[in-house]
Amino acid sequence: MLISKISRLGAQTFKGLSKAPLRIGPKRPFSFVLQNQYLEPLNYKFFSTTATGNSQGNEENQKISVTFFDKDGEQEIKVPVGMSMLEAAHENDIELEGACEGSLACSTCHVVVMDVEQYNKLEDPTDEENDMLDLAFGLTETSRLGCQVIAKPELDGLRLALPAATRNFAVDGFKPKPH
Amino acid sequence: MLINTTNLNISYDYPFHFNGGLALFFRQKTLNPKSDFHSSKALCQRSSMAIFGAMIARAYSSAATRSLRVCVVGSGPAGFYTAEKMLKAHEEAEVDIIDRLPTPFGLVRSGVAPDHPETKIVINQFSRVAHNERCSFFGNVSLGSSISLSELRQIYHVVVLAYGAESDRVLGIPGEDLSGVHSAREFVWWYNGHPDFNQFSPDLKNTDTAIVLGQGNVALDVARILLRPPAELATTDIASHALAALRESSIRKVYLVGRRGPAQAACTAKELREILAIKHLYVNIKQADLQITSADEEEMKSNRIRRRVFDLLSKASSSNQTRPSSGQRELHFTFFRKPDKFLESNDKSGHVACVNFEKTALKGSAGSGNQIAAGTGEYEDLKCGLVLKSIGYKSIPVDGLPFDHSKGVVPNIGGRVLSSRDVDQLEDGLYVCGWLKRGPTGIIATNLYDAEETVGSISEDLKKRGPTSKFASPKPGREGLLQLLENRNIQVVTFSDWEKIDSEERRHGSLSGKPREKLTNWKYLLELTTK
Repeated sequence: MLISKISRLGAQTFKGLSKAPLRIGPKRPFSFVLQNQYLEPLNYKFFSTTATGNSQGNEENQKISVTFFDKDGEQEIKVPVGMSMLEAAHENDIELEGACEGSLACSTCHVVVMDVEQYNKLEDPTDEENDMLDLAFGLTETSRLGCQVIAKPELDGLRLALPAATRNFAVDGFKPKPH
Repeated sequence: MLINTTNLNISYDYPFHFNGGLALFFRQKTLNPKSDFHSSKALCQRSSMAIFGAMIARAYSSAATRSLRVCVVGSGPAGFYTAEKMLKAHEEAEVDIIDRLPTPFGLVRSGVAPDHPETKIVINQFSRVAHNERCSFFGNVSLGSSISLSELRQIYHVVVLAYGAESDRVLGIPGEDLSGVHSAREFVWWYNGHPDFNQFSPDLKNTDTAIVLGQGNVALDVARILLRPPAELATTDIASHALAALRESSIRKVYLVGRRGPAQAACTAKELREILAIKHLYVNIKQADLQITSADEEEMKSNRIRRRVFDLLSKASSSNQTRPSSGQRELHFTFFRKPDKFLESNDKSGHVACVNFEKTALKGSAGSGNQIAAGTGEYEDLKCGLVLKSIGYKSIPVDGLPFDHSKGVVPNIGGRVLSSRDVDQLEDGLYVCGWLKRGPTGIIATNLYDAEETVGSISEDLKKRGPTSKFASPKPGREGLLQLLENRNIQVVTFSDWEKIDSEERRHGSLSGKPREKLTNWKYLLELTTK
């Protein structure tokens, strides 16, 4: 019968495979971030305003360069002015958690601003943001929540580290001070 | 070839997963619709040789990518973060999450306060994990009664226990079993519509005073629920039985009692700020309690949360009105008191009427760690009709699981379970995550790092053992679990079943202006999924 042939072939296929080593370790990690439904309306809003108000050239001007450092290396992205670093990270497939999706109810989008001059250009964190930073893993003096850092022209060249990456910083000469 | 799984005589020679024909012998009604490859209906439809070839290709890829069978016990943050990280790190892993409740998400559903909807947004992320084609949720499956730990370990290569802490620490003082004395967990489960606590009815009508023992975030949650105007709670997903009881509540005064001082309060600034901001609330913090010592200062120096909490308490104290106006709700922070016994009411036999506290003083220098509260031999009574003990949760062990009863956790190294027979030995393929691993503290995000560590240990072990290990030999995984549960007549609630419950709850809620009306009846929850 067809079915039994399928079974036998399936089993043979498997027998062959079982001799091969198991594939272990990270492979092409899949990401949820791009499917973030909550952020879609925000993106739409942003793009619709720039599209109606500006020419192509201005739009290009309104993007700043931001470099994210994680434990595997660095990634430079272009972030439109007005967009939060959490949204920008997710749009670019950077693995920055965002458990509460930017509603200031968690600390998972914690980033470390790597240059003090850049950190000083940011508005002071609100009490609510500080309440969440209290709970952030590996807090430093220049820690912020990614959802609260909004791209603006002065921040061009911003360098942000994901907390997991800060463990390797000592090697690179960057030592985050405890808060 | 028929396989009898009743007695777990599972043959591993022909793993179900790669043996399409075998699927015909199983009744497949409980199987996840995502894996239509196994369904007999799908099989019958495939008759041409072209499809046959495609199937083999699919079986091949299936074999290559899905040979690691993983079971996560518990669907709270620790369980879901573990599942997410396992799926990310191991393309070949198939992850099943089981939970004893018919509903997923653990404490995000039954622990997070109803007036914290933003904290529950993480459910979106967990739902995306559950929708991953390599992940399944099976609710109404209880470790220990539906299936034993040793059975799970036979069926799966890797078992991660993340079932949290479903019991409470006790004070062990006289009168603790008087009526009116409850654990904060029971109260929280009740207002959050946990199906085990729909019959729980704390008496809120015969007293104007509640004492909350403890000053952590759970203590602040229960105090806030007691003090917030019920009209504000009416638009949350609070259980309707709790809302009705709170509307009739006569409680006007809540004491939050801590053994130590304001420099050691265990809550976070966010929760404190929130309770202090309740409208028309009289807040009492004694100025004298805010006198801090150099040891206190030393403790706070290295702890940003403690420092900010202390500042908030000081600020609230100085902006105090001198006395409450009549009918005003009151919140009293009471420091340096440790409960000594609960006293019974003269009028109402068996009911608590008063807590007897011993005053404390802090001992020990900050240099040798935190200061501890020591009794001074001076006592005072505080009258009340309701006591909520918020002194910590406790995990419950299951048969065959090494357990440290004094710490209330499973002994482990980075999530690897240590054998109880031999301290140097590890339990093969058995891991823990979350509160069962590190004790009942921390926030949702703590589980992110916790899961990272446990999954890191699993990955290391898999790598170390290599292809010759038992991980390389097939295990029945999902099919084995479902067959066993079916043989035991256990109704499994899948994630799509949960989605039926979810939409029914949202529909109910929308009728009364709430985001959802939690269904709290076990029987009804299970009936709903069969519709």
